Amino acid sequence: MSEDVTIEPQDRFEINPLYLFRWEETQDAYVLLYPEGVVKLNETAGEILKRCTGEVSVTEIIDELKERFSARGPHTETSVETSVHKFLEVSQAKGWIKRKADG
Amino acid sequence: MPKAGSDASEVRLDGQGKPLWLCLELTYRCPLGCPWCNNPLDFDSYRRNELSTDEWKRVLREGREMGALQLGFTGGEPAMRKDLEELVAEANDLGYYTNLITSGMGLNRERLAALKDAGLHQIQLSIQSCDQAVTDALVGAGAFEHKLEIAREMKALGFPMVLNVPVCRDSIDQTPGILAMAEELEVDFLEYVQIQYYNWALLNRAELLPTLEQLERAEVAVMAARKRLAGQMTIYFVVPDYFTSTMADPERAGRPKACMNGWGSIHLTIAPDGTGLPCQEARVIKDMEFPSVRDHSLQWIWHESPQFNRFRGDDWMKEPCRSCSYKQEDFGGCRCQAYLLTGDATNTDPACTISPHHNIIEEAVAEAQRHQHFRQPLVLRRAGALSTAFVGERHETAA
Repeated sequence: MSEDVTIEPQDRFEINPLYLFRWEETQDAYVLLYPEGVVKLNETAGEILKRCTGEVSVTEIIDELKERFSARGPHTETSVETSVHKFLEVSQAKGWIKRKADG
Repeated sequence: MPKAGSDASEVRLDGQGKPLWLCLELTYRCPLGCPWCNNPLDFDSYRRNELSTDEWKRVLREGREMGALQLGFTGGEPAMRKDLEELVAEANDLGYYTNLITSGMGLNRERLAALKDAGLHQIQLSIQSCDQAVTDALVGAGAFEHKLEIAREMKALGFPMVLNVPVCRDSIDQTPGILAMAEELEVDFLEYVQIQYYNWALLNRAELLPTLEQLERAEVAVMAARKRLAGQMTIYFVVPDYFTSTMADPERAGRPKACMNGWGSIHLTIAPDGTGLPCQEARVIKDMEFPSVRDHSLQWIWHESPQFNRFRGDDWMKEPCRSCSYKQEDFGGCRCQAYLLTGDATNTDPACTISPHHNIIEEAVAEAQRHQHFRQPLVLRRAGALSTAFVGERHETAA
């Protein structure tokens, strides 16, 4: 996409209003619903998008996920950081999330 | 059809055995006469047999209990039902993502606002051309200006703007104009789709099918617009399955469409009279009698009925599908198309280049290339436009 996809630590993202993000009991997962489409998210992806409220910075997302998944064992600090960055880039390119303007 | 994602962070949704996509054909009534309508040729015989508001609500509840997520209200023209707003509100309360698939006829500012209040998530509006005369001729009514007005009202109310443009020979050369119109209307999702040849469209196929040259020109214009409007408008460009052999993608060239993600896989349609169908066209298979929600639970129809199990898995397949390495990806194509073009729904979809019946598709495409041939008038969808005495005998009692 034409938008700049570089993710900065202070960036805050929010779900594109065209998409509906919610927990779906029958799938035991978070889902993204949009015109004629459904995306079922894996646990990490769901936890990241849940924090795309426009209020949480990328740094905070990374910290919260490190804490949440720390008990799971062999996650290195950098792997969480890399996967959050990667997922936010993909999500932005797909139009699921938008960078919130400063303010 | 749902466009399920395939990124690593997404989990595949098919194969769970749930009807994730529920499609309600609220009515076959419609003020337009589109000659590619996918409703049955004998659509008018269903008029007095439509499900009541309470019956539709029961379908909605049962569907949600079974895990349906996406809900399409379609028809005919769903706005012809006065209880549309009530059904949308019910569906929204139950937790569906609600899609209204409409021609725009029967809608106005007040009804759109009421639908918004009822929780409707999105509207897919169809428009046939960027030209008033062409649109109105194709649909057989003065519709163009009204459709534009509805598009602007949708935008003003904050609905995602989904524009569906069914493309045929008489409109495909307007592709640049149609793209410009979509841009001006601030469309979020443009579905620039080729007509699928079933029912009325099959009847009119010789006049609707574009030529390969037309299709290639349209594709160039679409690719340029995709680049120019990246991040602003998502454009789905669906190449008709009659032309799959010419597709550039080597993985998909020559393969038929993976119709409905497989029979009875994720999609459940309920016809106006309550008949449960694996797709909107399935009733064209005349030797199958589909069950009704008036006699059975949705659960039974989906899981137990012989009709929904008929083409699940691959035990039903004949050669060349049976030993084909693509059978898990395209499921042998479309059962309805196989039936309509070869007379046997268990045959390979003739759109597949491996099908022994592929010549039927090639001949239809070749016919469309013959520019000088005598043009037949389009048969617009109208009650009584055709004698359906032979195709519709099962529903004569309803008329």
